[in-house]
Amino acid sequence: MDTFGLLANGLAAAMQWQNLIYAFIGVTLGTAVGVLPGIGPALTVALLLPVTYRLDPAGSLIMFAGIYYGGMYGGSTTSILLNTPGESASIVTALEGNKMARKGRGGPALATAAIGSFVAGLIATLALAFVAPWVVRIAIAFGPADYFALMVLAFITVSAAFGDSPLRGITALFIGLGLGVIGIDLQTGQARLSFGIPDLLDGIEVTTLAVALFAIGETLAIAATSANVKDEVIAVKGSIWMTLEDWKRSWPAWLRGGFIGFPIGAMPAGGAEIGTFFSYAAERRLTKHPEEFGEGAIEGVAGPEAANNASAAGTLVPLLTLGLPTSATAAIMLAGFQQFGLQPGPLLFTSNASLVWALIASLLVANFMLLVLNLPLIGLWVRLLTIPKPWLYSGILLFATLGTLGANGAMSGSLGPIRFSFELMMLLGFGILGYVLRRFGYPIAPVVIGLILGPLAEQQLRRALAISQGDPVVLVHSPLAIGLYIVAAAAVLVPLYLRLRGKGEVLRQLAADED
Amino acid sequence: MNKLLLAALVSSAIAVPAYAADYTIMAPAAPGGGWDQTARSMQQALTEEGISSNVQVTNVPGAGGTIGLAQFATQENGNPNALIVGGYVMVGAILTNASPVSLENVTPIARLIGESDVIVVPANSELQTMDDLVAKLKAEPGAVSWAGGSAGGVDHIAAGLIAKAVGVDPTQVNYIAYSGGGEALAAVLGGQVTVGISGYGEFESQIAAGELRALAVTGSDQVEGIPTLKESGVDVNVENWRMVAAAPGITEEQKASITADIEKMANSDTWKSILETNGWTDMYMAGDEFKAQLESDIESTTAVLKDVGLVQ
Repeated sequence: MDTFGLLANGLAAAMQWQNLIYAFIGVTLGTAVGVLPGIGPALTVALLLPVTYRLDPAGSLIMFAGIYYGGMYGGSTTSILLNTPGESASIVTALEGNKMARKGRGGPALATAAIGSFVAGLIATLALAFVAPWVVRIAIAFGPADYFALMVLAFITVSAAFGDSPLRGITALFIGLGLGVIGIDLQTGQARLSFGIPDLLDGIEVTTLAVALFAIGETLAIAATSANVKDEVIAVKGSIWMTLEDWKRSWPAWLRGGFIGFPIGAMPAGGAEIGTFFSYAAERRLTKHPEEFGEGAIEGVAGPEAANNASAAGTLVPLLTLGLPTSATAAIMLAGFQQFGLQPGPLLFTSNASLVWALIASLLVANFMLLVLNLPLIGLWVRLLTIPKPWLYSGILLFATLGTLGANGAMSGSLGPIRFSFELMMLLGFGILGYVLRRFGYPIAPVVIGLILGPLAEQQLRRALAISQGDPVVLVHSPLAIGLYIVAAAAVLVPLYLRLRGKGEVLRQLAADED
Repeated sequence: MNKLLLAALVSSAIAVPAYAADYTIMAPAAPGGGWDQTARSMQQALTEEGISSNVQVTNVPGAGGTIGLAQFATQENGNPNALIVGGYVMVGAILTNASPVSLENVTPIARLIGESDVIVVPANSELQTMDDLVAKLKAEPGAVSWAGGSAGGVDHIAAGLIAKAVGVDPTQVNYIAYSGGGEALAAVLGGQVTVGISGYGEFESQIAAGELRALAVTGSDQVEGIPTLKESGVDVNVENWRMVAAAPGITEEQKASITADIEKMANSDTWKSILETNGWTDMYMAGDEFKAQLESDIESTTAVLKDVGLVQ
């Protein structure tokens, strides 16, 4: 049977009414839990795994898919409305999304996120169905040196999130890189900069840093400004739906996000957040409204959200074709497969074709269900912003604190007889850092990006050099790496060249005017 | 209405059998990992077999389980309802992290399950047998890159033991650590490294599909016809295992009661079918036998980690 026939069979299985109900329950639970910071999709799926033991395989896979997508969308909702990114993949969404929400455009921001997730999820799921075996070959060909080249490219494109001053951007990035060094070094097993504190052995949790810098830092900044300053948050301005202009600006971003996110997610060491960085950088370069970036550009929400969702479907490529879980959620899904006696791997597509296609079809169904559930809820969500500011910010503080305690509430710190949660102290400490950065005009995002990319880049560089026994030539030995460096060089040089030429033209123009 | 509710609560409280202990099992790892799966499987088996009416699983991830272990040892002292899952990786992590808390600070109950490591090469590798690998390792130790799990873990320990057994300086082992066997798998498949060494389950489906060639397993028994290291002339026997421990400071009676519950669970049909679906090997061992085995594992691990230079 050809791929279309298999997919149609899978869809027929997934569209049975009880499976649709499972998808609906999954999406509802996922969204509800995803909105709470601290409990990510991985923990939700882990908690619900025993429930699905009682369902048939197709039903439980569909519920998984629903929870997964719902959890991710729930995270975006809080990022946009409250500036509290619950997972690293929605940090970029918060950049533009929250600015939009403050200008009364929370409705379109949530809509473009939901529809973008759907569009990109569709692209990625179809890509999963048709090209997974080929994509995985390319993904595997990526060696440590190639990953390092990819990280170099990421570092360069990250400058898109720097704001107006490159020096301040780089300073912020280096704070993040510095924080990234903390913890046990993977290659040697030795602790670095942990000062004998066990809680620092595993490094600094990205979500703790992100929530602290974004949400706590901002709350402090608001509290520090005079109460007489006029409230700038406008709950709803204009329609809560997307205008024609919004659609026009969103759809190319959705498509680009989908095509950027899927291959990144498929890479065994990719990470969903890297796709969102690339997407944001691409949108910022390509936009016709560069002045809106940093002030609430809809492309800056549409692209990264699409990339995030496509990347989630992308992680299923190594999972299904290699049995390789590249995220915590994928690892739990792997456990779920094994429950039904399935061993994901190269033989899965031939030995358990019907179930694999049921899963792929259920991703499509869950994706659609997400849209059905969430579009009508947007009107309700944006009302959150009509809450008076003191209440809203105290609510944000409460949720940020609860989320951190939920993720790691261990009372592991102690000061004499007083026990406290170390994670919470870090949250508050970084919140103060976030306030200071804001106060002196430093951008926030590069700090978080540095914490994410720094350790990845370091590990890949050291692996590459260890395998080559110290020979640096290995870094430029593969065509993939060379290609990535060329793209990186172009990303630096082309705008520089254009600016120089532009200046030249201006000068000529001036000279011509003088004549 | 309220009275009805109260009555319902009271009757449900009475309905809980008095002999059944409530357990809280700590998985000192993130959801989805091996320890988490073990803890959640125990939860399933203990409740379905009616050994315990209420079992909760908590996750305290980090640093090879030592963060969870430290928290468990300090906060659960004397609590007969608290259990923690651990394993061989923890033995190594305690040493490399210079953890202030060790397995001596808890009450080990039983070893539950285990898994042999397997040494694999990509299908197109020039290495056909363990002998080829040993020859290459002897000729140029640094040119053999080993991909496996985190530094100081069982995969790294096995690689160090192999080098030592064939007369190669263990500090010369070019071990490339990945955050898990899965990521290491991608590196092996892509031909980025010479050999892969990790749990059999990580590589199982690739070996079956002919994408990877298994050279040897590190345990005492053959797996799917793959020879053991001893059969290949390398005198090494190391297996990854997972265990369950109770809190420190519990009485002998409490320890005996927990051991009885765990033994009942380990012999149950539910547990056996869980092992079957997950592909885990039953390595149940309790009491003094387990105590002696644990001590010998800690001793040999300390020695090899000193040899590879991870522990001073």
